[in-house]
This record gives sequence, C-alpha cells and structure tokens, in this order.
Amino acid sequence: MTDTNYKPAGKAPFPPGRAGGWAFILHLADNALIIGQRNAEWCGHGPALEQDIAITNISLDQIGQARMLYNYAATLYNGFDSNEKTAVDHLVPRLWKAYNRELEEDDLAFLRDERQYLNLLLAELPKGDWAQTVLRQFFFSAFQFYQYTELQKSSDTQLSAIAEKSIKEVTYHLRWSAEWVIRLGDGTEESRRRITDALGELWMFTGEAFKPAPYEVIAVEDLKGAWIEKVATVFAEADLELPKSGWSQAGGKEGKHTEHLGYLLADMQYLQRTYPDSTW
Amino acid sequence: MVSDAEIWKLLEDVKDPEVPVLSILDLGIVRAVTTEGEQIKITITPTYSGCPAMDVISMDIRLKLIEKGYRNVAIQQQLSPAWTTDWMTTEGKAKLKAFGIAPPNPKQQVCADDLFSEEAIECPRCHSYHTELISQFASTACKAMYRCLDCKEAFDYFKCH
Repeated sequence: MTDTNYKPAGKAPFPPGRAGGWAFILHLADNALIIGQRNAEWCGHGPALEQDIAITNISLDQIGQARMLYNYAATLYNGFDSNEKTAVDHLVPRLWKAYNRELEEDDLAFLRDERQYLNLLLAELPKGDWAQTVLRQFFFSAFQFYQYTELQKSSDTQLSAIAEKSIKEVTYHLRWSAEWVIRLGDGTEESRRRITDALGELWMFTGEAFKPAPYEVIAVEDLKGAWIEKVATVFAEADLELPKSGWSQAGGKEGKHTEHLGYLLADMQYLQRTYPDSTW
Repeated sequence: MVSDAEIWKLLEDVKDPEVPVLSILDLGIVRAVTTEGEQIKITITPTYSGCPAMDVISMDIRLKLIEKGYRNVAIQQQLSPAWTTDWMTTEGKAKLKAFGIAPPNPKQQVCADDLFSEEAIECPRCHSYHTELISQFASTACKAMYRCLDCKEAFDYFKCH
C-alpha cells in the first residue's frame, strides 16, 4: 500500500504507511484530550470534594497523555518529506500554516476543525450527571486499558513508551470508575435509576471502538472479547444487566461527529483562536 | 571540565515543588547525567503524564546549574522505562513520613485493578495500621487520601505507581 491515492471503499481517505500511522496517533491523542476536556467540566462541580478532585486528576492524566501524543505527532510531521506532508494535509490545522513555523503540540490540540478530530464519539458526549460520567469513564478506561496493553507491544518505540507510561494511570482510572459503577448500580433507588438511564444513553456508542478504522495499527476487533468480559464482571457486581450488543453508532474515527463536539471545541479553542499563536 | 559527580551533588538541592522535603533524586526521576566538556545532559522521567511539576522541575534544574555557572545544559525527558515509586530512595520515604505523608508501599503489593482492594497503610503520625481509604485521588494525582481510625487524623498517602 504505497500508493498515496489509496482510498478505503466508502471511507474517508486516510494515507497508508508512515503518514497513515500519523492519523492513528491523532486518534489516540484526540480520545485522551476530548474525554479529558469533558471530565475537566466537573472542576468545582463534583458531587463531593474528594470526587471533584478525583475526576479532575483523571482529566489531568488524560490531558497529559494527549500532550505526549500530540508532541510526538508534531515531531513526526516536522520530519516528513513533502509527499508525506501532502498525504496528511487534510488533518493539519489551516490556521497554523499562516504562522510560518514548525508544527507544535498546541496547534494540533487547539486549531483543528471539528471534522479533523478522530476521537471516539463516546469521548465527546456531554458529561451528563455523575452516573453518566462514571459509566462513560468505565467503558472508556476498560477499552483504553486493553488498547494500551496492545500498544505496548508496538514496534514504534515512542508509542510503546507512551503506552507503558499511561497504562499505570489508566489502571487507576479503571479501578476508580468500576467501583463507582458498582456503588451506583447496587446503591439506592435513585442511583440505580440514574445509572440505568446512563446505560441507555451510552451503550450504543460503545461499539465504535471495536470497528477498525483504516489507519488503526491495532486489531481493535480482537479486544472486544476482553472488554465485554470486564464489563460483564463489573455489571454482575453492580447488579446491572448487560445489554444485547445491538446496533451501534460510529463515525468519530472518520471525523464525523455528534453535534456535541462543536460546542466543546468552541469552548476549548476560544483563546487560541481569538489570540492566534499567543503564549503565556 | 565538569564531572558527573559534581552535577549529581547539585541535583540533591533541586526539590520537588509539590513535596518540597523530597529532592528530585529522592523521587528517582533523574535517570542519567552525562557531561562532555562543558556540555551537560540530564535525562529525567515524568512521574505522571499530566504532572504540572515536571516543567517546574526542568526550570529549577537549569536555575540551580546556572547559579553555579553551568549554562550549557540540555534536559531531556525519557518515558521508558516508566517511572515507578519503587525508584524512590529509602531516605526519601523516611523524609516523606517525617513530613506527614505516608510513603508508597512496594509496588507488587497493590498496583492491580482489583476492585475495592484495601492496602494496609500506616498512619504517619501515630503509626497505627488501623486506617481507611477516603479517596483514591487527593491533593495531587500521585497521592490518595486516608483517615486514621485511631488518632482520627486524615493524611495523604503517596500511592504506589
């Protein structure tokens, strides 16, 4: 697959080879940044002080992971030859081109348009109530745990190093969120109602993670078994019923998002777009 | 000519900005120091991905070396092998405890995703093991919050990583 005009049938054109791997790095970074941004919305609004601190610490870990990945993507891009740069041009922020300097991590985080983000839809959904936030976190962390376990075996040593570093944090996120799912599911009448509602909202967004995008170097479809098993174990403790697989919504990995992402980006990118290339 | 040993000695005076009783050597984040003529290269590894102290630590290293006249300093971050609390020195753990923060347990005991697993954490004040977890995340990502059921004080636990 060295032909730069390669287009997977019916999908957005993602370039193969080194430049194709670049889209995968953005996908990983966008997942971490967008869910991190969502979790940061709890800052000062958590249900209890300790949990306010917990969710924002998780957010901090995620934004830290996103930084390592964007930094790596920017470094790679700056080393690309002109063919490779052309191949990923549709993913590069337009505003940055006017800066006449090398690409940096913040340009990728704050200056791309909605259709250039490749995160899972699950990550961008509104934070909802506490039940929706913890259940989303549990679904996401369980996936990220198995994804990064695979990523640690990558022949790309920088990606495997980032995975090795991040998975320790993800292990804590998974444990924390699983405990909350159990607490709410097997809690009061109200907590149970709320987490059941959250499950109804979120379930159809969980399948996307396991549908491979053309740029994915990990066989994500093979992670589904372990993920389901983890969810089933925790749901059994939480006295929640595992939904039937059913239809699932997808598109985020190709840049087709829910209406929620635009609002999130408007909020997150405001400063960098209003004061272009500002530093402080 | 500057020697590696001289630089290591100076780094003892660079403190963790969030836990100022610990030097960055106690913390185990300095992975290598190499000197070549006037060029000094220091390799550090981050504790947590999003740890805001890392940028401050890099700057503090520079300032400390500039203070002694060393200007040609390159600081690089290395991710692998990933930092672990097992790299914290015995001396560092003793300093933490004296400061009122329970030092990390050895890694193999607890770094698992087992649910509701409770670690036996010693209260840094009254040394009782009769303590309970309040929150897995505390004032910083690297700490958890505990409560001593004997002396009734809440305290931070530098969690295993």
